[in-house]
Amino acid sequence: MPDGNDPLEPVDPGQAIAPGGGYGGGMDLAASDAQALEHPPGTGQDAGGPTGKPRSLWSDAWRDLRRNPVFIISALIILFLVFIAIWPGSITTQDPLKADLARSMDGPAPGHPFGFDSQGRDVYTRMVYGARASVTVGVCATAGVVILGSVLGGLAGFFGGWWDAILSRISDVFFGIPVILGGLVFLSVVTNSTVWPVIGFMVLLGWPQIARIARGSVITARQNDYVQAARALGAGNRRMLVRHIAPNAVAPVIVVGTIALGTYIALEATLSYLGVGLKPPTVSWGIDISDASTEIRDAPHMLLWPAGALSLTVLAFIMLGDAVRDALDPKLR
Amino acid sequence: MGRYVIRRLLQMIPVFIGSTFLIFFMVYALGDPVAALFGDRAPDPATAQRIRHDLYLDHSLGAQYLHYMKNIFVGDFGTAFNGEAVTSLMGSAFPVTIRLTIVAIIFEIIIGIALGVITGMRRGKPVDTGVLLLTLVVISVPTFVTGYVLQYVFGVRLGWTAPSVSPGAPFNELVLPGLVLALVSLAYVTRLTRTSIAENTRADYVRTAIAKGLPRRRVIVRHLLRNSLIPVVTFIGTDIGALMGGAIVTERIFNIHGVGYQLYQGILRNNAPTVVGFVTVLVLVFLLANLLVDLLYAVLDPRIRYA
Repeated sequence: MPDGNDPLEPVDPGQAIAPGGGYGGGMDLAASDAQALEHPPGTGQDAGGPTGKPRSLWSDAWRDLRRNPVFIISALIILFLVFIAIWPGSITTQDPLKADLARSMDGPAPGHPFGFDSQGRDVYTRMVYGARASVTVGVCATAGVVILGSVLGGLAGFFGGWWDAILSRISDVFFGIPVILGGLVFLSVVTNSTVWPVIGFMVLLGWPQIARIARGSVITARQNDYVQAARALGAGNRRMLVRHIAPNAVAPVIVVGTIALGTYIALEATLSYLGVGLKPPTVSWGIDISDASTEIRDAPHMLLWPAGALSLTVLAFIMLGDAVRDALDPKLR
Repeated sequence: MGRYVIRRLLQMIPVFIGSTFLIFFMVYALGDPVAALFGDRAPDPATAQRIRHDLYLDHSLGAQYLHYMKNIFVGDFGTAFNGEAVTSLMGSAFPVTIRLTIVAIIFEIIIGIALGVITGMRRGKPVDTGVLLLTLVVISVPTFVTGYVLQYVFGVRLGWTAPSVSPGAPFNELVLPGLVLALVSLAYVTRLTRTSIAENTRADYVRTAIAKGLPRRRVIVRHLLRNSLIPVVTFIGTDIGALMGGAIVTERIFNIHGVGYQLYQGILRNNAPTVVGFVTVLVLVFLLANLLVDLLYAVLDPRIRYA
């Protein structure tokens, strides 16, 4: 933070990355890291290691990921984004809200590499500050969706019966509402202009997606022989879920969660573009693109820079999810 | 099969009630339709009271919802605040959006499945990597960005199509908007088909078919595609509802007077009858599309038998 009167007051940088630790689908990735660390790469890395201990899916996946250029590039982009979301002042010294109408829609000038928008604000600075809203919405919405969805869906898949039936019908209800439409209706009545209504809406409509996937993969996992064996040995529900089913069912959730993080960022921009998502003075790429869209014939640079930043961010998360999926899906090896 | 259809139709009832009530609740309870009628001015309390009574808004929310649903079943979706019947708005808006959705679905099926088959059969080759990267880029660029850029390039710069669509919205003007609407789903269809094909090429039945000496074409079309397309069909089916609801952005960019346009106007002005009516119909379309997809399962996959 450069000083006390930060223009982006509503977004607390501490909260911004808290739930996911800065990672897509944070909770589960953190869990997978922890598991990978039980077998530190240093000991088990070469040909199964001296102890001959079998490598887990996670340490296998981690070995693959570290060698995958797509993963490294997308992870670096994401780390950089998280960094500027927390400390935007570190790569720009200007104020994203300072407007100089005399320079409206001007092209690049010394100190202003990307030119000015229609209100004469520096496009580069606004691009940098826009990362915060996007990363906050993406990370918090994904954390909420993954936690709620995997708990509800996982329990439905494990226990089945009436709980499963009720949950499936409830998730059908939320599935029945098209996302953008629901966003317009729900958010147009909200007057609060922080990121929280947007995040809350995404969690509300997003959890059935993860719940379905968690349910499906738990059902698949619980039919496996080793789960039946554990049951025959007298393992309780809790032990079977935690020790046997969850580690084998969590992979699809992580993959979909990471990719969903990218799509939530795009959704936030779309809602802001339609005028119901984030609202000024919050700096958001979606708002800037919406402002620029009417001037695209005269000043395409106004649209292209925030649009490029938005697309690159979404791309980074989707590529990360893709790389993680390839690493976690042994069927495709 | 018949019993299954009936059971599914019965299951749809609570979902339909749930979704419509949720929307009804958001529009009527969170917003204030009567205040919206007066714009920025505060309404005269007596007049507001009168309007509330006329619009059945002075009852409890549950009673309002029942009243609304009762009217819907006799085809009365109420009147928009400009005096036009909501059904007449629907009559002009839905054909336009249905045409737009058809164009988008055709793009998805033809380009998406073709690309998916090509890349799935050549996993790891340069074509595969190239197309895969392209789908990632397409998924990452939000619709409103591709929409404006394509409109600018093809409509304004090159002049190949009209930049905005005329009120009649004939098919030939909807090609570019349809492509914009389809792009993201198209990329998903490509990836889904690719994954599915790649998984199934190693299946025993494919090896058997090849070993039997069947021509490659027959193996792909009759054996491989038939099994691989099951998840793709599900996706496209559920996408119909999403496309019709998500057309708001595309319709706004190209100035198409379809469902999205009417809904956007309705939501901005808090025009409750329009919003609830349109969303109700969209939810119904979505549910029926899902049912249709499940029935198609049985046709595509003989292993699935509905009792």
